[in-house]
Amino acid sequence: MPIRETFWNIPQWAEIGQYVLGLLTVLVFAYGVFRRVQRWRIGQPEPRTDRLGARLLSVMVHALGQVRTAQDIYAGVMHLTIFWGMAALFIGTVLATVDWDVTHLLFGLQFLSGGVYVLYELILDILGALLLVGLGMAAYRRYIVRPPRLQNAPVQRLAWDDAYAIGMLALVAITGYLVEGLRLAVVKPDWAVWSPVGNTLAAAFTAMGDPTNRALHLTVWITHGLVAFTFIASIPFTKLFHIVAAPLNIFFHSLQPAGALAPAHHSSEPGVKELRDFTWKQILDFEACVHCGRCQDNCPAYASGLSLSPRNIMIKLDAYLWERGNGRALHGDVITADELWACTTCRACVQVCPVFTDQLAAIVDMRRYLLREGRVDEKLQRALTDLRRYGNSFGQSERARAKWTQPLQPKIKDARKEAVEYLWFVGDYASYSPSLIEITRKTAQVFQKAGLDFGILYESESNAGNDVGRVGEEGLFRRLVKKNATEFGKCTFKTIVTTDPHSYNALKHEYLSEINGRHPVLHYSELLDQLIASGQLKFSQKLGYRVTYHDPCYLGRYNGVYDAPRRLIAATGSELVEMPRHRDRAFCCGAGGGRIWMEESGVKERPSEARIREAVRLDGVKVFVVACPKDVTMYRDAVKTTGYEDRLVVRDLIELVYEALS
Amino acid sequence: MKQDIYVLIEYLRGQVADISCVMLAAARELAQGTNGLVVGVLLGHNAQGLASDPLSGSGQWLAADRMLYVDHPALAEFTADAYQKALAGLIKDNMPCVVLFGDTSVGAEVANGLSARLGLPLVSHCYGVRVDGSVLKFVSKICGGKIMAEGALPETTTLVTMIPGGFKPEHGRGAQPPEVTTVASPALEGLRISLKQYIEPTAGDVDISREPVLIAVGRGVQRQNNLALAEDLAKALGGVVCGSRPVVDQGWLPTTRLVGKSGKSVKPKIYLALGISGAPEHVEALTGSEVIIAINTDPSAPIFNIARYGAAVDLLEVVPVLTEKVKQARSA
Amino acid sequence: MNIVVPIKFVPDLVEEMTIDESGAALDRTWLRLIINEFDDHAIEQAILLKERGGGQVMVVAPEVEGVDDVLYTAAAKGAGRLIKLTGDLGNANNHALARVFATAAKDLQPDLVLIGVQAHDDLDGAVGPLLAEYLGMPYLGYVSAVEVSDGKATVRKEYPGGLMAEMEVTLPAVLGIQAAEHPPRYVVTSKIYQAMEATTIEAQAVGELDPSGGLTVDRMFQPEAAERATMIEGDLTGIATKLVEIFKGLSVL
Repeated sequence: MPIRETFWNIPQWAEIGQYVLGLLTVLVFAYGVFRRVQRWRIGQPEPRTDRLGARLLSVMVHALGQVRTAQDIYAGVMHLTIFWGMAALFIGTVLATVDWDVTHLLFGLQFLSGGVYVLYELILDILGALLLVGLGMAAYRRYIVRPPRLQNAPVQRLAWDDAYAIGMLALVAITGYLVEGLRLAVVKPDWAVWSPVGNTLAAAFTAMGDPTNRALHLTVWITHGLVAFTFIASIPFTKLFHIVAAPLNIFFHSLQPAGALAPAHHSSEPGVKELRDFTWKQILDFEACVHCGRCQDNCPAYASGLSLSPRNIMIKLDAYLWERGNGRALHGDVITADELWACTTCRACVQVCPVFTDQLAAIVDMRRYLLREGRVDEKLQRALTDLRRYGNSFGQSERARAKWTQPLQPKIKDARKEAVEYLWFVGDYASYSPSLIEITRKTAQVFQKAGLDFGILYESESNAGNDVGRVGEEGLFRRLVKKNATEFGKCTFKTIVTTDPHSYNALKHEYLSEINGRHPVLHYSELLDQLIASGQLKFSQKLGYRVTYHDPCYLGRYNGVYDAPRRLIAATGSELVEMPRHRDRAFCCGAGGGRIWMEESGVKERPSEARIREAVRLDGVKVFVVACPKDVTMYRDAVKTTGYEDRLVVRDLIELVYEALS
Repeated sequence: MKQDIYVLIEYLRGQVADISCVMLAAARELAQGTNGLVVGVLLGHNAQGLASDPLSGSGQWLAADRMLYVDHPALAEFTADAYQKALAGLIKDNMPCVVLFGDTSVGAEVANGLSARLGLPLVSHCYGVRVDGSVLKFVSKICGGKIMAEGALPETTTLVTMIPGGFKPEHGRGAQPPEVTTVASPALEGLRISLKQYIEPTAGDVDISREPVLIAVGRGVQRQNNLALAEDLAKALGGVVCGSRPVVDQGWLPTTRLVGKSGKSVKPKIYLALGISGAPEHVEALTGSEVIIAINTDPSAPIFNIARYGAAVDLLEVVPVLTEKVKQARSA
Repeated sequence: MNIVVPIKFVPDLVEEMTIDESGAALDRTWLRLIINEFDDHAIEQAILLKERGGGQVMVVAPEVEGVDDVLYTAAAKGAGRLIKLTGDLGNANNHALARVFATAAKDLQPDLVLIGVQAHDDLDGAVGPLLAEYLGMPYLGYVSAVEVSDGKATVRKEYPGGLMAEMEVTLPAVLGIQAAEHPPRYVVTSKIYQAMEATTIEAQAVGELDPSGGLTVDRMFQPEAAERATMIEGDLTGIATKLVEIFKGLSVL
């Protein structure tokens, strides 16, 4: 009858030793965890216990299911086998402990017997083998293939940490198999065949014969015990801690919509000056980071050659957390202003992180401090001063905001004076940028052709504030919101429509009390998509262009609007060919986060240029379609500087719609 | 006396400034209306040579009817303190119709101080003066060159600080040397300002005041990176890049390339003003240019009032195209 | 060290300027008033001196639209006292303003007065040198660097042609600032709100204004269009071609 012969060949002293070491291990582990939690608690409070059900679900999907990790198939297979392999072995050990120290000790029966035991052995053997396969894959990728995102961590010591994790796990598994193999070689039970790996090893050891096998077995058993206990005890002190920290981080991640900017914790002194100004959750973010570097791979700033790498920010902040009295300052020594200003707030990093760290929130919080100290470049300073004085970043009088409407007939309705169905929030760039005004006029004409009852706020509209907040100017951001909200309050309208994704994002998430619930906020692509679907808008022409579409960060990744623009493109009769990086993997144009207001220095290849190069690789695609005024500006520029003017033309989606209507 | 026009001759380190000639031209204009004399006043120490032959080597003389020279050790270098004290008595004793000063870091300080001290009216940023029947009129340029203000000069002795542009320096120079009288200086005590040393502008760079082709950049260039566009054009055209105050203040160009009131005055054949609005402090340094061509997205920018040709386009868009065309023309 | 910074407000050139019906003054209906840029530099230089050598910065401003915001911004940068002069100051000329500043400044017993060297709407001189005379203090203008020690200020004065002079003046003195050592710092909006809570603006009424020394403007107008440039029309290529022709015509090409 198959049964687990626990402690075969193990003398009494070793058995006792195991329990003593086990206890010691638990104590050391607990101490390690306690030490970590203590560090987290130096941060500011932040409530994250809402919607427990949703939180548990995300742990299921992302900690156990590891859906984000699996986006990279190789990594997904590798990590899931390691995780489930280890989990299986762990559960197996727990079951064995319960079997021997609980049920056998107290009730005199062992449930790991018979068929159950055989199945148990089989599953563990196979999963253990998979564990080794996974570890092999990991070692191969890290040390042979050497992808850039796993190299050059700013803290050298971490390379040893990574090696330790792989090495230790492998050692645990290998010594475990050796013990099993040696035992099977001597005991030779009938059911040995159900432990395929152990059995194979046993064949090799049989040749050695007793009592060598026994002596070896005891030695390897002790080794395995020591290795396993060291492994467990070391978890809170090494990279392995992500076993604890990652699920915790996933559980506590923010359930707010992506587009809502987390307000500053102290409104009078916003921003993070020292570590303790971060919240405990932000500190947990640094701890949970496993240095996988996917964020770095998807970061447009990093790709353009700037010093910012979201991965390095997390690594450096975590290392700083554990530094003892070095006298280094957070700002300047650990994180430089250059890194912080390089961010375009495209959110690709947050989106792709398997353990749900929020690199972006840390960056914005640190920017808030830089601004408090006045450490901004002159160009940004001028933009903010202009925004404060004139409500736009162009330094032009607010009275000139609606100048673009002058040649249009009939005159666009003034939403301040009469009720309208759609309040069109135009935005800075569409109003003031000389090269974009034609597109704004076309938009007006499209709305008119569609028979929409729409109006604008004329001079009373100010910048919606989206990028002002992301640059770190909390006070000005809230002021702009208040100003616009007051104006909205005076008007009568049903829906807000905007042509600018940045404004769209702010209006959707920061103007909640004034708008949301009562007034939906739509991007023009959503509105026109609705009108096409309902038949209110019909295109008279089929354009037949072969186009590609760039998902704007604040429309796509932030707010999930991917399909409406695509349906609109299809409705115009154009053929869409996707770029490799599309939808939530779209590559930012580089203008966001206030970058368009900053000096551009140290850039080796502009993100917009890299994107154009990506587009020209698509066969037969002549038109690069965008849906954001800043994208139009950035990409038209990039087409010129990359010399592809004959190959590619940049058009806003509204221009295609305009053409299809005429 | 009451009809005379006095001009404080400005000079720096032995060189008479162009503004002095501009003022003399203006003074001549006024003197025709008042039937008075144009009197140049030069303050200094051991500077009789300069007083009697200020434009030495040119074969020309200052177009004044008389020159008054005041000598005192404290007047060896300019300080507003000493100049004010030296002039106060001269003006009080003679009560000329008008006293002209340069609207500069020399003249303006003296004029303002004297206005307050002697209770005399003061006109600043004065671009032009003219005689209108029996009335003397002034025209000043204010608000970044966008507004002109005109009025009559008060009946009492009036102090006027002048900016260049309204009169040509040539009209302030003549063929006859004026009579030079040395006037005793009042006691100059209790002076609180002293000169410690001059600091030369950084040497070793191009002297833009001698260059025939200048490509000037202003705020419209937007980013430091875009200066390369101007450099390319300058290279293709055989010219030199210079700039207005905002560009130099940012450190994008060295101070030796600054064109303006505190920078250099230039007299090129062609002055291509890119993204420059045309504020008076800049424009006053261009008046010696043969042809000014202005590129600015704002068609109402004051620069278009002094340029011969202009285009209301974005320099960032037109300059690369222009550079190409220039290169093509050269190779043809 | 007591540093007093009198500031004045000028029309914002961003707005289109028009002349009113009298034909002799600016139409004030749409005029936006902003702080004189050079006075902003003076505040910055004063703050820098205070940060380096201690003391107090006191900003004095006439009551016009928007003055409170500007004063609180100065406080947020580090100014210790904010003084607002109330009265009919909207149309005061520089002589009147300088006299009013002199009265206010005397009470503050300044060691140093920093003020912008000029303002673009100056018609009857600049406030700084007039103020100096009314205070009986020496004046140095076109200053772009200031060091204070031992009752003296050592400054860098700018002359044309890029030439500069290092000059010394005994304190108390008035300095006309051309440029602060670095451009006026940005102060974040939350700090301005904090300043609004923490600082009070002291209002001081001015008496009758004395504008003597000023002048009367008979006519204001925009520079003649007749002097305007010949505008080149067309697309970029067309304009570039025409420019090349002009260059050739002048024998530059």
